[in-house]
Amino acid sequence: MRGRGGVALLHAAVIAAALLTLTPLVWMVSASLMPAGESTTLPPPFFPRHVTFAHYVELFTRLDLGRSVFNSTAIALVTTLVSVLINSMAGYAFAKLRFRGRDRVFGILLVALVIPSQVGMLPLFLELKVLHLVNTLPGAMIPYLSSVFGIFMVRQYALSIPNDLLDAARLDGASELRIFWHVVLPVIQPILVTQGIFNLLTSWNDFLWPLIVLSDERNFTLPLALANLMGEHVQDIELMMAGAVLTVLPVLIVFLALQRLYIRGVMMGSTKG
Amino acid sequence: MRGSGERQDGAAWVLVSPALLLIGVFFVLPVIAGFLLSLTDFDIYAIGDPRVMRVVGLGNYHQILTDGDFWIAFRNTMVYVVLGVPLSVAASLGAALLVNAQRLRAKGLFRVVFFTPVVTTLVAVAIVWRYLYHPKFGLLNWGLSHLGLPTADWLGDPHWAMPAILLLSVWKNFGYNMLIFVAGLQSVPQELYEAADLDGAGAWQRFRHITLPGLRPAMLFVTVMTVLGNFQLFAEPYVMTQGGPLRSTVSLVMLMYEQGFRWWRMGRAAAIAFVLFALMLGATLLQIRTQRERST
Repeated sequence: MRGRGGVALLHAAVIAAALLTLTPLVWMVSASLMPAGESTTLPPPFFPRHVTFAHYVELFTRLDLGRSVFNSTAIALVTTLVSVLINSMAGYAFAKLRFRGRDRVFGILLVALVIPSQVGMLPLFLELKVLHLVNTLPGAMIPYLSSVFGIFMVRQYALSIPNDLLDAARLDGASELRIFWHVVLPVIQPILVTQGIFNLLTSWNDFLWPLIVLSDERNFTLPLALANLMGEHVQDIELMMAGAVLTVLPVLIVFLALQRLYIRGVMMGSTKG
Repeated sequence: MRGSGERQDGAAWVLVSPALLLIGVFFVLPVIAGFLLSLTDFDIYAIGDPRVMRVVGLGNYHQILTDGDFWIAFRNTMVYVVLGVPLSVAASLGAALLVNAQRLRAKGLFRVVFFTPVVTTLVAVAIVWRYLYHPKFGLLNWGLSHLGLPTADWLGDPHWAMPAILLLSVWKNFGYNMLIFVAGLQSVPQELYEAADLDGAGAWQRFRHITLPGLRPAMLFVTVMTVLGNFQLFAEPYVMTQGGPLRSTVSLVMLMYEQGFRWWRMGRAAAIAFVLFALMLGATLLQIRTQRERST
């Protein structure tokens, strides 16, 4: 790519690819604002002739999707807070503390890293049935509360904490838990943010586990409610698109607000892991 | 006074035990139980009363491997992996080379744009694409016919349904692998390119002899992760085709879900899960070995 022509060509190619990438998402928003039936006219319109928010109103009134917004939000927030705390505690200990059995336990965790989550899902369902957690929000939260991958990421990051920093705090008489809270957590903050976003996206977007564990519509997460809505409203394209926007928009906003941190985290995870 | 040479057994176990407890009770234990489950005929009657369950040894595995439906799901999943992974890797690498080009402006903006599909909810965008693929009103056929190209009933034709789902997944995932490749590209020493320039190497030669070898670790990471991800295909066919038409998009995870949670044949479903695990493990080891042989 040399010379001015090359630069223009490069920009044309990138812009075309970017527009193509965004087309499905822009059409989703656009179709959600069309009056019922407009998207199934010929030629297929890309933008609405008259903008209407009627489908969004219907989602929150007759179809009661507000309930699912609440469920998804509760699951995403609780699991993110809990998992970031629990994974960082374990990741730090594996990286920086000496204790009996450390290497053996960590080795077992690494083996667990290669096992796909589906392998344990059937017995987990039966286990939660015994614990009376099937068809409850806590039951839906369980797989996201801690992750081997998360522990592994924190450990890799925490290895770079200088020992002198920890020893200085020990000399001052601080307890190990105090050191973790006041010295370690602030230092490993970047990886915690990355993990938080990662967990938020995973728990919000996931489909198979909520599909298995939740059976009552009142407990459905947004992806479940959306798939369920398809059954009755597959012909109501504009309504379905409003539901899709409602499901995607929250994660999209979180991503756009924190994109700098998140993109850096993804790149960091690949080069360090 | 405590020095760094001392151990911190008490505090360390306080810090690791919540994670170990959660992972042990809700992951390791179910995985072990899953293997045992796969050796039984656990079904809907056993859910009511576990005493009616019988041990059948490897019966479920034998049953699966002689079942036509399993081989259909196996074939579909393999097509999705074998066709999908190279396509996905090529798209990601192409995008990475574009957004990393020295003379490109607004690099950050384009990176965010290409990454956006990654964060979207799979179920939601699968529904969007289902309408984009509509034979009459879908944007894809409309665009194709405008360009004078042939159209198809993408999700209604057994030959096209899997490729159509594959295209969606490439769109959804290429941004993630693109970032991994960008990180890889930035770690290739700039001096190598300068030296190649002095030697009069062309663009292709530089790509072939400097860029690609420099990307080897990123390439391994990307292919391993993409292969693992593609083996777990589920939500797209569930939402877009329900496994049809003519079972052409049934995947192994979907078969496991159907057996386990529609027909409540938990023993057989657990066996499918372990066959899937074995396939994923085998594929990963194969890639690592191939990589090692190539780099020595």
